[in-house]
Amino acid sequence: MDLRLPIGYVFSIYGLMLAGYGVFTNGEAKSLNIKILGMNVNTFWGLVMLVFGLLMLFFAKKAKNQG
Amino acid sequence: MLTELAPLLANVGGAVSLEGIAKPDLNFIDWSIMAIYLAFVIGIGFALKKYMNSAEDFFLSGRSIPGWVCGLAFISANLGAQELIGMAASGAEYGIMTSHFYWVGAIPAMVFLGIFMMPMYYGSKAKSVPEYLKMRYNEPTRVFNSVSFAFMTVASSGISMHALADLLHTLLGWPYAVSLIVTSAIVLAYVLKGGLSSAIYNEVLQFFMIVFGMAPIAYIALKDIGGWEGLMVKLHASPAGEGAVHSWAQTGDLHNPLGVPWYGILFGLGFVLSFGYWTTNFAEVQRALAANSMGAARRTPIIGAIPKMLFPAIVILPGMIAYGLTSDSVAGGYSIPIKDGALNYNQVLPSMIFHYFPNGLLGLALTALMASFMSGMAANVTAFNTVWTYDLYKTMKPNQTDKELLAMGKYATVFGIIAAMGFALVASKYNNIMSILQLVFGFVNAPLFATFLLGMFTKRSNSSGSFWGLVVGTATAVTFHGLSYATGNAPGLKGAWITPVKAFEFPKEMSQGFWVAIVAFSTTFLVNLVISLLTKRTKTDAELAGLVYSLTPKHRDENEPWILRPAVMGSIVMIAVVALNIYFW
Repeated sequence: MDLRLPIGYVFSIYGLMLAGYGVFTNGEAKSLNIKILGMNVNTFWGLVMLVFGLLMLFFAKKAKNQG
Repeated sequence: MLTELAPLLANVGGAVSLEGIAKPDLNFIDWSIMAIYLAFVIGIGFALKKYMNSAEDFFLSGRSIPGWVCGLAFISANLGAQELIGMAASGAEYGIMTSHFYWVGAIPAMVFLGIFMMPMYYGSKAKSVPEYLKMRYNEPTRVFNSVSFAFMTVASSGISMHALADLLHTLLGWPYAVSLIVTSAIVLAYVLKGGLSSAIYNEVLQFFMIVFGMAPIAYIALKDIGGWEGLMVKLHASPAGEGAVHSWAQTGDLHNPLGVPWYGILFGLGFVLSFGYWTTNFAEVQRALAANSMGAARRTPIIGAIPKMLFPAIVILPGMIAYGLTSDSVAGGYSIPIKDGALNYNQVLPSMIFHYFPNGLLGLALTALMASFMSGMAANVTAFNTVWTYDLYKTMKPNQTDKELLAMGKYATVFGIIAAMGFALVASKYNNIMSILQLVFGFVNAPLFATFLLGMFTKRSNSSGSFWGLVVGTATAVTFHGLSYATGNAPGLKGAWITPVKAFEFPKEMSQGFWVAIVAFSTTFLVNLVISLLTKRTKTDAELAGLVYSLTPKHRDENEPWILRPAVMGSIVMIAVVALNIYFW
């Protein structure tokens, strides 16, 4: 089993959840009013995790195609 | 004593008192993150079940795991709760000098293990560290190591369980017994189904969980204090002053946050304690033994050294920021919680998570904490079931079939978890149990390292020397501890329980711990060497081939890309670590 698959799935799911949650609750100070590239911390960190997860899935698929 | 050395000496989770912290207000997103993590952890165990066809598959993953996976598992097995909570606490208490536990007390030993020791461990085909001792010395030396190691791994696992159950009870309001049973059942499920492979795969997932869960704290807290410059200004103005911002400049004498001079740090922490932990602890070495080639096995600890080198940024830095903010606190801002009139450093990390993280990141961070407890727990359980099956059970019943060994490994996993739960319950009743266990581990570890050092790098060390070296070295460590004490400590568990000797007074428990280890190592080394020289060799050169460095064929790695050669990777890591030490001098 290629370990990159479960890791890719976990972090893609987490990324979507966190980024989505950040967008829908973009209101309530808790994180020092920090904006990163115009996003709140949940949205930004969710996107970082989503990119990481998708990269893992990409490399797993690439390795599978190369046998 | 030795509580501060916990991250190094044993991968145990302390009882993290969280009194005084408001319970976090978790919502559906936080619970969902936790639930998804637990589902994947158990799912990985079940997915790997079909590959568990032999004892070697279950105990050593059939030696089929890629180097990068073993490397991340190697470091994750050490990422127990103390690594996160304990090192953040030390960062607040000792400042940048806490980095010595990484840049002096871990990296050099990991590089040494990869370049010089893995050829013997992996090449000898030993299934465990105690089995290597049997091949190099004799059966009594193996039994001495396997019994003490089996006891310590179960105990360490139990204390991790206790810490996690205590955390879940305090933060989430779960009953202690329910927390204990649920966390034990999860670890049992994935280790029982997928053996070492499952533990290793999950450790890599847990590694990324910990990085993603904890990294935002350093960023947000650094913003709060005004960046790196703001942190330096606050620390310079704090009561800790210069001591908090220099790692070496204050070590000319004992007047520094650790209370240890530079030679004590280099020899006590950087050599005896760190090499004793990283190069002889089977829970760590087992990850490298699962690698799919000699090259991958040698790279395993060196790959692990790379994130280990950078971890101070997400565990020590938040602690330093917490201290800086507390020393100049403003209303409504962050400050370290107080307990019994003093700063409660153990609460630094949990309190920062609750202060800075909104829902979402909060669930991620709590899941990361849970992952850190589980990775340490599973590492100990998998090491225990291997040592029990191969070094104790198979010694008593040598003619077991592969199927019988596999079955015994599964029984040992269940027994190990149940015994660990027993230790967790004991730890919940008696606060001193962790200090006692770490004390025992400290007494055993330094003599064991001296035995390995002579065994791997000299042909002359023999079984009489090794056995008596271990016995006399351990007895000397116990005696020295009974005569030494840290200033302000009453005679008892923390030392001087025989009689306090003024010559053995140390400014801090930390320095006392370093010197107990130095005395234990030096005594074992000398006794082993002298007795070995006075008695006959017990093994010929032919019998020691592959077990002693000078008699082991050198691994040829010309076919590997130059950057992946262990000597090249190790050199790059060591240059980077020297640069970090100079930068934070």
